[in-house]
Amino acid sequence: MPETSPVSSPDRSVLLDHVSIRFGNFTAVDNANLKINSGEFFSFLGPSGCGKTTLLRCISGFSEPTEGRVLIGAKDMKGVGPNKRPTALIFQHLALFPLMSVADNIAFPLEVRGVGKKMRRKRAEDLLDMIALPGIGDKKVSELSGGQKQRVAIARALAVEPDILLLDEPLSALDLKLRQHMRTELRAIQQQVGVTFIYITHDQGEALTMSDRVAVMSKGVIEQVGAPDQIYNRPRSSFVASFVGENNALKGIVKVQSEDMAALETPMGTFEARVGGGRKYKPGDEALLFVRPEQLVPGKAENAFQATLSRQEFEGATNHVFARAGDTDLRISMVNGGLAGSVGSTGDTMSLGFAPMNATILPVGQIASEA
Amino acid sequence: MSRAVVFGGAYAIAFFSFLFGPLIIMVITAFNSSKFPRIVPWDCFTTGWFAELFGNQRLMEGLLNSVIIGVGVVALAVPIGLAGALALSELPSKLRAMLYTVLILPILIPGVVLGISTIVLWGQISRGLGGAVQAGMYNGYFLTIVGQITFVSAYAMLVFIARLQRFDATQTEAALDLGATPGQAFRKILLPFMAPAIGSAAFITLLASFENYNTTVFTVLSESTFTTALASKVRHGTDPSLSALAVIIITITLVGALTNEAVQRRKEAELGGKASRSPLYANPLTRALTHPGVVFAILVAIVATVSYVGSKHDSSVCEAAILQDKLDRQAELRAAQKAKIEAQEVEQGITVPKPEGGFGGAFGGLGGAAPVAPAAPKPEGGFGGAFGGIAPPAPSE
Ligand SMILES: Nc1ncnc2c1ncn2[C@@H]1O[C@H](COP(=O)(O)OP(=O)(O)OP(=O)(O)O)[C@@H](O)[C@H]1O
Ligand SMILES: [Mg+2]
Repeated sequence: MPETSPVSSPDRSVLLDHVSIRFGNFTAVDNANLKINSGEFFSFLGPSGCGKTTLLRCISGFSEPTEGRVLIGAKDMKGVGPNKRPTALIFQHLALFPLMSVADNIAFPLEVRGVGKKMRRKRAEDLLDMIALPGIGDKKVSELSGGQKQRVAIARALAVEPDILLLDEPLSALDLKLRQHMRTELRAIQQQVGVTFIYITHDQGEALTMSDRVAVMSKGVIEQVGAPDQIYNRPRSSFVASFVGENNALKGIVKVQSEDMAALETPMGTFEARVGGGRKYKPGDEALLFVRPEQLVPGKAENAFQATLSRQEFEGATNHVFARAGDTDLRISMVNGGLAGSVGSTGDTMSLGFAPMNATILPVGQIASEA
Repeated sequence: MSRAVVFGGAYAIAFFSFLFGPLIIMVITAFNSSKFPRIVPWDCFTTGWFAELFGNQRLMEGLLNSVIIGVGVVALAVPIGLAGALALSELPSKLRAMLYTVLILPILIPGVVLGISTIVLWGQISRGLGGAVQAGMYNGYFLTIVGQITFVSAYAMLVFIARLQRFDATQTEAALDLGATPGQAFRKILLPFMAPAIGSAAFITLLASFENYNTTVFTVLSESTFTTALASKVRHGTDPSLSALAVIIITITLVGALTNEAVQRRKEAELGGKASRSPLYANPLTRALTHPGVVFAILVAIVATVSYVGSKHDSSVCEAAILQDKLDRQAELRAAQKAKIEAQEVEQGITVPKPEGGFGGAFGGLGGAAPVAPAAPKPEGGFGGAFGGIAPPAPSE
């Protein structure tokens, strides 16, 4: 990212070179192979237990990969302890030191490096200014609010200017309002300091809004790496399609494929859609067609089919409509069109359609269950 | 309902008198000049038993030995216990359970066994080494410290294990991640967290060392600690100087408990945010007054004043009076006895001839309820008083 970076910007990239991490027979991370660029805000997104924390601990040096290498700034980190790596980890529960004041917490990395008391105090004050909490240096950690603790933990991690900041679901303990506020704040801090952020979350909203790129993980496997809009619009597996955002899945049989478009025969009719992940199908292969709720448009001529309205949830700007077509339940999001925009009432038949470019055909695979 | 209240009240009184009755009685007996610890009859208020206690050479030497040994035990048992607890917390759970049992074993083994085995083992070792090493090793101080550590460090370990279970291991990881060496993480994160436990472990090990008898009585050899000296003193009978000792111990305990309470209250108020609201903490004077250090200083000052005033108290006049009173009563008794015997003699004067009066007195003394001494017949005067009934009537011939 071409931010306003320091004059001689160091290499702050992280390369995971075919990294696998196993506990006995259990594979927690399976052949992760990707590069995180210098100064990037990179997120790992995945459900609970998919190996995110395990991977992060491996990058920060608390464990070594069973196979493969971790390179930070193009240097192999094998045998380099956590206190010797240019990384700082923000723990899921922050791990602030309760027996120290806020300023001592922030200055801890300086203290263990032998920096004098005056300098430490000065740096702590600068960092408190940066996180917009001036003058709380003498408070105890227990006297801070959740969001303040959050920011103090970030300040502490940045005190010695690490190359990589690793964050393990740091916002999960906060309430919704504060979480949304902290998202913007985190992003702003990242752009200010130019440090590479590696962010872990199971909250797709968080990952999509903040990140330059996202890696979606499932059961230790990295399913897809890409920019948020790519992940959302161009999923490469049925897991990604179903885990990131709402999606409707229609099961069917491929009739014909030409380049990156294909026709899928379903009980509701035959639909044309884009082929996801550059795959090749033979006629007769089973596949899933994913179409987003906001891409289903009433009265659209392309890929048209009939459905029965079963329920509506009105939510101000959007109207969530639930309909049934054949034996499939569908979800449709419509922008509120004012008084004229009514779609009808329960039991009404409605005609729906969607653009072929905005639907994706993917192989049958793991579907993320509703969280 | 009123019945329940009466029963409840009676029960509470019975319970507390059971708990504290002996202590209260003991405290009172410490100030009674009677040679035997008792309240009734009350002789004189005295502080002399404290002087007697401090004058007891053997006890005071034992006290010094106990302090030396206690300091040695604390200095060694606390680090050993901490190391043991840390080692346990690092082990995989199966090994941990096994090692835990092994480390706890010394608590379960009778102290007598520990004492004897300590002497046997170190006796062998020191004899093997010989010379100056033998002298340095095979003495009461060294053996007692070594013997007590075997089980006292297990107490310390239990205290540390309890505290360690509440330690969040990610704190250490965070410190390492922020650039601390393992040593720095230990000193700056774990050790401060363990500080309160180190305090209590030191206290518990000191007490355990001080009051131990079963092991110490063997390992201390020809020396004696306070506890063993006290035990041998009690075997020869008690006197109120032991009550005086009880008073001192109770006082120390009370001062400690009150100071501790002050510490706890302050901590609670500060943690609960009550401190900022309480008027007690708003006023600088009352805030300073309720500081644990000040509370402790006040208590010590009170104890010191009372001790000083007490040491100036002179009960010799009262005691002399009591002694005089006793002598008087004795003399009175004797006189009454004499009068009684004379009256008897007058009555029996016809049958018993006068010269054999000594015999008659002796027989009379045996037959009557009167004590031996006052049974002397009239002619023998002072002599009769001294020899009483056993004196032969020789001079009357
Ligand atoms: N030390 C370990 N020994 C054995 N299995 C482990 C160990 N650490 C983690 N695992 C397993 O590895 C898997 C991934 O764990 P991890 O903590 O990385 O999940 P996560 O993605 O961070 O989940 P969450 O979002 O709940 O924090 C889990 O199934 C977990 O049981
Ligand atoms: Mg995790």
